[in-house]
Amino acid sequence: MREVVVLGAGLHRFGRFPDKSLQDLGREAIKNALEDSGVPFPDIEVAYVGRVLAGMGAGLNVVSEMGQTGIPVINIEMACGSSTSAFREAYLSVASGIYDTALVVGFEKMQRGMLQISEGTSFQSVMGLAVMPASYALQAQRYMADYGATPEMFAQVSVKSHKAGALNPYAQYQKETTLEEVMASRMIADPITLLQCSPTTDGASAVVICAAEKSAKYAAKRQMTVAGWATGSGRYERKGEGNAEGEADAETGSSEVERLSKQAYERAGIGPEDVDVTQVHDAFSPGEIFMAEGLGLVPKGEGARAVWEGRTEISGDIPINTDGGLLSRGHPIGATGAAMVTEIFRQLTGEAGPRQVKGGKARVGLIHNAGIGGVNILVFKR
Amino acid sequence: MAEATAVAPELRPLVPHLTLGATREEDYLNGSVCKNCGTKYVGPRLFCGKCSSAGPFETVKLASTGELHVFTIIHQATPYVEAPYIAAIVDLDGGGSVNTNIVGIEPKPENLKFGMKLKMFTEKVSEDKEGNSYVAYRFTPA
Ligand SMILES: [Zn+2]
Repeated sequence: MREVVVLGAGLHRFGRFPDKSLQDLGREAIKNALEDSGVPFPDIEVAYVGRVLAGMGAGLNVVSEMGQTGIPVINIEMACGSSTSAFREAYLSVASGIYDTALVVGFEKMQRGMLQISEGTSFQSVMGLAVMPASYALQAQRYMADYGATPEMFAQVSVKSHKAGALNPYAQYQKETTLEEVMASRMIADPITLLQCSPTTDGASAVVICAAEKSAKYAAKRQMTVAGWATGSGRYERKGEGNAEGEADAETGSSEVERLSKQAYERAGIGPEDVDVTQVHDAFSPGEIFMAEGLGLVPKGEGARAVWEGRTEISGDIPINTDGGLLSRGHPIGATGAAMVTEIFRQLTGEAGPRQVKGGKARVGLIHNAGIGGVNILVFKR
Repeated sequence: MAEATAVAPELRPLVPHLTLGATREEDYLNGSVCKNCGTKYVGPRLFCGKCSSAGPFETVKLASTGELHVFTIIHQATPYVEAPYIAAIVDLDGGGSVNTNIVGIEPKPENLKFGMKLKMFTEKVSEDKEGNSYVAYRFTPA
């Protein structure tokens, strides 16, 4: 496999844009990524597009806005993990030597309202079990009992995310919030309040990658290397876990993250102690705490305290979700993964401005992006 | 003369792993056991999640009693359930775990304890356009 580098990344601001089309969102993100990379669109040989709600063939409808060069445009869907899946497929196609340059795109336009797993008269809906934060809340209750964490520690994740989002001109929410405001917001599923739930968001993201041996001609000022990756779905683990609707699937999913992150660290030749900056899937506040542990950044049971002590802030020793994360940057499901790659690119190239961690000396970046049925882990090096 | 065949509304389980008896007292949860590796599942299965074999599977009756594994209190009303309500996972005695609601107690964290004993009951919960009724299971403190 050849070495592959990220040459550029770009976003359309995340937020609510009822007057804009998918093409409007996608075009701007792609244009920004191409300009950032120095790669002209006619040099792009393949595009992989992560998107969920947009209907048939949406990827081509957006990418062809940049020109009809006859390239394959491949639509990828893995719910909230779609555009890291698109990234991985693009990476593999370049690493294997089939293509030299590839474009990764993610976009989404979402309806307002709480993210729901299913509608209609299914068991989950009728029993009121389809409320999305419910599964995170079940785990959070158990976590509090097992490790002595408090509801305030979960709420602090949102305070920290909003603080980072306030420094990100592409974030949906660019305003700080206080612990009192988070705790006082409407209770959704105990202990998760409204401000601990990611919003519904419109947005787009794009990343340009290239074979390392071909990248010199683009005079990219800087780049980061794809150092490791892992992807997979959950394994059969627990008594009773299975496929019957209403059958319980009780575990946090962190064992799957442990297994996959080990694989990704191994491929990258690093350990969790080498990671300088991390993006994790915090669709709801417990996500950051559980994943910090699952990825091995802190020992099991110490994630909540790490957040509480400020260790995951931009200025902390294990900075997480430096762009505001899903909670503040926003979560346009298909666009989230490539936005995570974009932030890691800014951090490792020293271009994150007021969000910059470790004085611009960050060398290793880590991403955890989860979708329905799977998890993607990516490791990057400067 | 051809007559329109009027189909009488039926009483149906909301999920296939609930078997309805003649009365609600006789309803029970069904499960299956993989004879290759012994794993017990809630409801029917064609292939084993653990050993991937096609079984064979033995159909078994699951316990109607169990222990509270995890819970949360949901404050977001849904079209079918009034908030606040308790969402939980119950580990059935003898194997199998189910997502369910716990009723019969005030939905407050202090009323719930991991491992507390619970028992199942069934009731009609919804109807479809054709007038068919659906029965689901919930749990109360034992
Ligand atoms: Zn088996």
